[in-house]
Amino acid sequence: MRPVPLNLTAYTAVCAAGAGRAALLEALRTRTGALKPNDFTATPLPGSIGRVPELESEPLPRELAVYECRNNRLAWRGLRQDGFRERVAAARSRYGAARVAVVLGTSTSSIGATEEGYRRLDATGQYPPDLRRPIVHTPHSLGEFVQRALALEGLCVTVATACSSSAKAFAHAERLLRLELADAAVVGGTDSLCGSVLYGFNSLQLVAREPCRPFDLHRDGISLGEAAGFALLERDGAGPWLLGYGESSDAHHMSSPHPQGLGARLAVEQALASAGLGARAIDYINLHGTASRKNDEIEGTLVADLFPATTLASSTKGWTGHTLGAAGILEAVITLLALEHSLAPGTLNLSTPDPACGPRIRRDNEARPLAFALSNSFGFGGSNCVLAFGRTRPR
Amino acid sequence: MAAHRAYVEGIGLWSPRLAGWEIAGATLRGGREPPAPVTTRPAAALLPPTERRRAPDAVVLALEVAASACAMARRDPQTLASVFASTYGDPAISDYMCATLAQDGALISPTKFHNSVHNAPAGYWTIATGATAPYTALTAYRHTFGTALLSALAQVASDAVPVLCVAYDSETTGPIATMAPSRGQLALALVLAPEPSATSRARLSWRVRTGEVREGAPRPANAALAAGNAIASCLALAEALADGTPRELVLSLAPRLALEVSLEPAGGPQGQA
Repeated sequence: MRPVPLNLTAYTAVCAAGAGRAALLEALRTRTGALKPNDFTATPLPGSIGRVPELESEPLPRELAVYECRNNRLAWRGLRQDGFRERVAAARSRYGAARVAVVLGTSTSSIGATEEGYRRLDATGQYPPDLRRPIVHTPHSLGEFVQRALALEGLCVTVATACSSSAKAFAHAERLLRLELADAAVVGGTDSLCGSVLYGFNSLQLVAREPCRPFDLHRDGISLGEAAGFALLERDGAGPWLLGYGESSDAHHMSSPHPQGLGARLAVEQALASAGLGARAIDYINLHGTASRKNDEIEGTLVADLFPATTLASSTKGWTGHTLGAAGILEAVITLLALEHSLAPGTLNLSTPDPACGPRIRRDNEARPLAFALSNSFGFGGSNCVLAFGRTRPR
Repeated sequence: MAAHRAYVEGIGLWSPRLAGWEIAGATLRGGREPPAPVTTRPAAALLPPTERRRAPDAVVLALEVAASACAMARRDPQTLASVFASTYGDPAISDYMCATLAQDGALISPTKFHNSVHNAPAGYWTIATGATAPYTALTAYRHTFGTALLSALAQVASDAVPVLCVAYDSETTGPIATMAPSRGQLALALVLAPEPSATSRARLSWRVRTGEVREGAPRPANAALAAGNAIASCLALAEALADGTPRELVLSLAPRLALEVSLEPAGGPQGQA
């Protein structure tokens, strides 16, 4: 059974490059990136980060205070962009609170709160009283918070497959809607900066010294970022469409991609097949494009192999940083903005294209009507997910 | 809502006192005394010896039951889509990461870091078996087992493919244990198929219902075998499969949303085994 096309009746995102669709679009148009020298960790680490400003001074409302932590603050900011909460409230009235599912992706959820607890243990080895809130020390913190914040009572899942998490949330939700286990679904995800990922990626020597340069000959690694993004999926509506998706596993290595891009290829091919589209129909691909040496070469080669010269492909991580479990939804939102506004973003910080990454990678923005697009997300543990979107339904 | 169907073809269960389905099934049926715990780590024969020693507890736990369930189902793991689920993931690694960060983040081990992702067991599973079929890794706090089972059943029904469902939780240690308590180790894996086959052991009808949720509990003697483990709600289903008699079960999906499961022996050659 093929996935059913689903309408995105609302969607939004917040990241360092902007809060909400208009700000994000403006950053893309004016090629204004948001990566700045790392000022997050107590001891300085080299590299740049995409840090969302002023989360520190923006607590959650009192009735949601049990969920207080950076990750949920970021999610809360995301929910308040572009009238998203109001659109969900309308869906709740239309279908009932139990018929609107919540499927969200995250990599580290609110582990930042647990890290803080360990930094502030009292003499008996206990967390400080303000952090004695079990929910923020579990990975489902994000899903439960968003369900509560939106007053929903249906299925609620936190998907945690590293950097493919919030892309896979779309696939998970589509199955629930296809089986009529829900009438609408809030999908997306949130990941926030924390010690685990900043020091962790540093320990893997995958972090760039300067703002990341996807597909550049001299690229030297990733820049980490944080983001929240959400979409409301329904069976019909006036928004753009999720037409299909592909999911696969590399079966190769925990933190290195398959050298020939085997899993990535499977996911792209399945996304096209499930959407009923040929490669020639794809106008734009938002690539995973982390700016790590291997990922970019494998992904660029794969795209050159599968798609014609008319397909524009780029990585937008030079604007936002790699937002890990939120990358799927953030880049889905960027892809939807591209379709809606006929603007294929190029690749920021790319000055000398690496010939090893193939000829499809676009440096400059290009204004042209776009009908169909893909968004690629590949994660640790070899988890791949490719989403296929259309301005309209095909045929 | 109409009920959907699936067939249980394979079962894997492991805890220190229920080390494998042969022991677990007999013990849960009530036919024998539960043996004393022999070890705190399953064999996970799927992994090469060097990797087995290095692999985190959560990984060997999940891989042990996943491999057993596939073997019982006589399904090639390479072809199976899978759902991995855990309330807390790998608490030993969370404790290590947070304790090391509190001391000096520069000391973080790169291997421990990449093993800290919630999908580490799923990742190792696909690497060990060569499975390029998709997996997912999820969590839903107190509703993790119900949500995992529902997610696998939904995939069986929507895509008409067999799906491996693996749920596990380990013992939490260190300061995080005060906020995320889980005792011992427990994992249950099921191979669920859309159609009956020679390896079908039970037929499972299911639907989702709103309203008050009263989760089914295993018999007290069985509940005591996994007391305090965060995924202990899987034991009622394991007991029903061990009994091999018709049984209605309720699993929680949300505070006011339940997965209702009706189990019947499939009547195959091993239906009552």
